Amino acid sequence: MIPLSWYLIVAALLFCIGGYGVFARRNAVAILMGVELMLNAVNINLVAFWRYSVLLNPNPNMPFFTITSGWAWAIFVLTVAAAEAAVGLALIISVYRRRDSVIAEELDLLKN
Amino acid sequence: MEIPSSWYLFLLPEISLTILLFAIQVYSRMLPNDRQRNVGLMTAWGAFIILMITLGLWWYADIPNANAPLEESLIWGGMLRNDMITLVFRVIFLTALMTTCLVSLDTPWLQKIEYFALLITATMGFSLMAASSDLIMLYIGLEMASISSYILAGFYKADDRSAEAGMKYFVYGAFATAVMLFGMSYIYGIFGSTNIYILGLIVQNPTLQSSMTAAGFSFQDFTAVNLVAVVMIVVGFGFKISAVPFHWWAPDTYEGAPTAFTAFVSTASKAAGFAIFLRVFTAGVFGAPTSVTANQEPWWALLVVICIITMTLGNLSAIFQKNIKRMLAYSSVAQAGYALIGLIIFTQAGYGASMFYLLMYAFTNIAAFGVIIIVSNVSQSDQMEDLYGLNRRSPYLALVMMVALLSLGGIPPTAGFLGKFFLFKAAVDAGYWWLALIGILNAFVALYYYLTVIKYMYLYRSDAEAIEIPVSRAAIMGLGITTLVVIILGVYAGPAYEWTLQAAASFMTLAGG
Repeated sequence: MIPLSWYLIVAALLFCIGGYGVFARRNAVAILMGVELMLNAVNINLVAFWRYSVLLNPNPNMPFFTITSGWAWAIFVLTVAAAEAAVGLALIISVYRRRDSVIAEELDLLKN
Repeated sequence: MEIPSSWYLFLLPEISLTILLFAIQVYSRMLPNDRQRNVGLMTAWGAFIILMITLGLWWYADIPNANAPLEESLIWGGMLRNDMITLVFRVIFLTALMTTCLVSLDTPWLQKIEYFALLITATMGFSLMAASSDLIMLYIGLEMASISSYILAGFYKADDRSAEAGMKYFVYGAFATAVMLFGMSYIYGIFGSTNIYILGLIVQNPTLQSSMTAAGFSFQDFTAVNLVAVVMIVVGFGFKISAVPFHWWAPDTYEGAPTAFTAFVSTASKAAGFAIFLRVFTAGVFGAPTSVTANQEPWWALLVVICIITMTLGNLSAIFQKNIKRMLAYSSVAQAGYALIGLIIFTQAGYGASMFYLLMYAFTNIAAFGVIIIVSNVSQSDQMEDLYGLNRRSPYLALVMMVALLSLGGIPPTAGFLGKFFLFKAAVDAGYWWLALIGILNAFVALYYYLTVIKYMYLYRSDAEAIEIPVSRAAIMGLGITTLVVIILGVYAGPAYEWTLQAAASFMTLAGG
């Protein structure tokens, strides 16, 4: 069986790539894509932890239904990320309509 | 499985909010386009009725029960916790919803069904956040509130600045939430549970069996990962309460967003952030929240540093602002710093004082923003110059603004004074006199810029003095209620403070101990 650490390394890498995307990309849509990558990293983590530790070694101290909480959470993250992406793209479009630009640095009306 | 009726009764405020959400949509369809303002009135009344339902349930049906043991108070499969903390925060959110609706009725372009519906969904998200005792529920509540808030911040599509504020809020918010979730996924992996009270139990008793120990690891193997996870969670929470250094979004969003929404997000959203912060912190997910061991932990030092720089940087930045909304945004960053004092001193009095502070801050800030809304409806801007000579134009508005600013600055006889007094007293009693000292020094700095605004209103003259400022009955109600409560809490805070202290007792009951 592939060890747990492989999944965790992939997730950590994905998270870092996503985080780099958020800080380095100038296009708002690309920033949104970076955030989505980070959320996918979270999902890999959750499902891997669930499969390798909680499912293989269920904790006798906890109620039975808590055994599913890892992947249930991952499904919620997926669903919410979809809603968030919809709202985010709508906001980006609303900015684009006013300013003809989605470059983050050009949005500088609000500053000290 | 039989579901007790008290579980449904506990959710009655949220259920009523859902009903209100549908009711205003039907009502909005029945009204002609030029009378959509009534939808806002209906939302305000609905929020008031739900507030009465919430308090009535507590008063007559003992829901939430302050003395229930932890095992009984965890309901809906451990997702929510039926306790007094939820009640206090629900009161904050519902009053914030009511007064925000009242003060937003004067802005013509906000009189749309979407605006009020999103305010209601955000309030539901906030209440679920405050009630959640499970990381999954906490996340869903947080996203429910955040997604509504992103849209509300960018609600005024015809305005460049509102669109920009919405997008900035969204980008920073989505990033902070993703970081927080990644930290939570590690916590879940290490300790094998999503319930914060079970997590706290396992964190504090390393001998207890969890999935990882069963797999042959010990918790000592994860000390570093655990610390990283805690820092990531603090990033997410720090974003919600706009603590430095996660506050960059706050000034931009507060300035660009519709002012009524700014009032709402700076009070209700901040209180909701504090609710989850307090819950996760006091459940012991970071580590045992007792002064005996925790104040040697690295994450505690991190929280203290955040608290101090939040107060200081917030106040110092506020001094130089020319835009009144931006100034209040930095001031609200600083206020989050004061409320954090109550969180990091590990006493019931501290938690109670923190909740009292958030309660009075909600009224104070909505009064201040309410005046700004009304003034900027006439002047179409929100610079400091708009407030010049306000006393000559409209003495009552100037009076409300003065009470609100004095309360923000912490001058008696307003609620702000007692809020700060309880916080600093709790800090001194717990032995953290230096935190109280930094807080008091900061309060003096803050006084400077609050008093400057009062000087503008009362001593300066302006060319626009002849222009009348129309105030609707609803706005008078909104400003009247908030100002009255600020003064009442300032002269007679006993019952309210006792109430929040009683609620804070629920923070002290930990799982298994």
